[in-house]
Amino acid sequence: MAEAMAQNRRAAFSLARHSTGVIASVLFLAPIVWTVLSTFKPAQEARQPPLPPWPTTGFSIENYETLNSFGDGLWVSAQNSIYVSVMTVLLSVLVSVLAGYGFSRFRFPFRDFFFVLILSTIMIPFQSILTPIFLVLTKLGLHNTLTGLVCVYVTLQLPFSIFMMRNAFDAVPREIEEAARMDGANNVTMLVKVMLPLVWPGVVTIALFAFLGAWNEFLAALVLMTDQSKFTLPVMMTALQSGRFGAIDWGAVQAGVTVMMVPCLILFLALQRFYIRGLMAGAVK
Amino acid sequence: MTSITATSVPARARTRAGVGLRQWVGLLYVLPAVALVTVFFVIPLGMTAWMSLNNWPLMGEHSFIGLDNYVAILRDTRFWNALKFTFYYTVIVTIAIFAVAFPLAIFIERPRPLTNLYRTAFFMPAVVGFASASLLWSWLLNVDSGLFSPAAYDLGLTAKKVNLLATFQPAFWSIIAMVVWKVAGFTMIILMTGLQSIPQDLQEAAVIDGAGPFARFRAITLPLMRRTLALALILSVAGSILAFDQFYIILRGGPRNQTLTAVYWIFNQSFVSFKLGYGAALSMVLLAILVALSLVQLWLLRKPEGLD
Repeated sequence: MAEAMAQNRRAAFSLARHSTGVIASVLFLAPIVWTVLSTFKPAQEARQPPLPPWPTTGFSIENYETLNSFGDGLWVSAQNSIYVSVMTVLLSVLVSVLAGYGFSRFRFPFRDFFFVLILSTIMIPFQSILTPIFLVLTKLGLHNTLTGLVCVYVTLQLPFSIFMMRNAFDAVPREIEEAARMDGANNVTMLVKVMLPLVWPGVVTIALFAFLGAWNEFLAALVLMTDQSKFTLPVMMTALQSGRFGAIDWGAVQAGVTVMMVPCLILFLALQRFYIRGLMAGAVK
Repeated sequence: MTSITATSVPARARTRAGVGLRQWVGLLYVLPAVALVTVFFVIPLGMTAWMSLNNWPLMGEHSFIGLDNYVAILRDTRFWNALKFTFYYTVIVTIAIFAVAFPLAIFIERPRPLTNLYRTAFFMPAVVGFASASLLWSWLLNVDSGLFSPAAYDLGLTAKKVNLLATFQPAFWSIIAMVVWKVAGFTMIILMTGLQSIPQDLQEAAVIDGAGPFARFRAITLPLMRRTLALALILSVAGSILAFDQFYIILRGGPRNQTLTAVYWIFNQSFVSFKLGYGAALSMVLLAILVALSLVQLWLLRKPEGLD
């Protein structure tokens, strides 16, 4: 009798827990799912309120096709976004792996000063130094270039990623290094052949954060990219959504938003473990 | 055999003599990072300070004007209104985020069936960028082609389609809803790490001592989560003070410029009006606020004294 009651209580608790979980999940996922489904409506239908969200007058990719007809086209902006994000990933990984190794394994003058200098930039909001960044880029001839934007994004990633990489290298036992040195490995071979495989999870984490950061950044791209052919997706889509290319085509906006969201969602789902790792490292330290 | 000993002796001697020199190689490794931070952070920071003391138009010569820009800020009621609005937004949105994220963190804290699935679902909006989220919601909030107004009208909740973005209150709360949707999952994960770091036996001992759930929450959970709470709080506050994307994309600072945030105002002064010197002075004010906040953060995150 008592056991049956306890079992009932457990069942009731489980039911309550799962209904809460499902309802909350639906609330969080609904806007994303709603948008993605709506993009497959024909343009005519996409102008109407999305009730229901799925296409009722036939499946169509018209919204994606029209996107390419605004300004320099979606494809140009998508290419810009891909270029900027991939370059930001490659450069920030390269620079942070080198710096993380240097900070972890060598004692050179001003080491602590440089480390604190790089980390303390996280306290300064980059929003407050955008104007001078604009002027510096102009001086360097990188004004209105994707390369200039990459430099800014890489710099913004450095405090987090160098901190991550220094900790990753610190966690590698020195004996491994000494053994490799006995075998005649020099600094560079050591780093690439011996150390890199051991700190690989950290590299994936910083690469993921660099990609998401660069792919999603809006304000710096809005300010620094003045030429439409250099727009990244967020800037391009905002121009479209503000009616800069005539009447707002909401079907096209949804299609653009989908193009912006899907890579982030896929990367996150594939690399979730590394993402949470990065968050934890930031939260615990 | 002989050749090995012959080369290894001078090699060891060289290492001993060059040990200091070998450490200098470290400088080469950190050089690219230091160079980037110097060129794209330290120098711009110094320039902001210098520009704030100048009248600096986009074209033509700039001239030194001392503290005139700062004096002008004191009289700039629209900046103070923007700052006031930014703080108001920060307080409300932070409370709203915590009100949603804390229960979610407790919900997913312990591994039970499907917990990972729920956690992933709650977190999904957090990996979408602020710009994407804002564009998405600007559609959902649109009066003609969106979701909320037409749905409310179809359900008979409103007599006509209400434009949610036309007046301050519904527009403001729409932004709050959007930001909570986007950020709650992120805050949830941070709070979850704090919850998980609380030793389970401590809670169990309290249960044996007859402490109810509320007493346990107050006496064990909250104090032991102090550093995590402080971190989540600071991240939320700093992020909100710097809010720009959602107000620019969804509301364009409207209705009637009532939702201009501090960063938005600096953006307008610097890149719409091209008063670069004045924008720099405004930036210095914002910077001072954020640095003060960071100092509070360091103090809140200090290692607990007397504990452990």
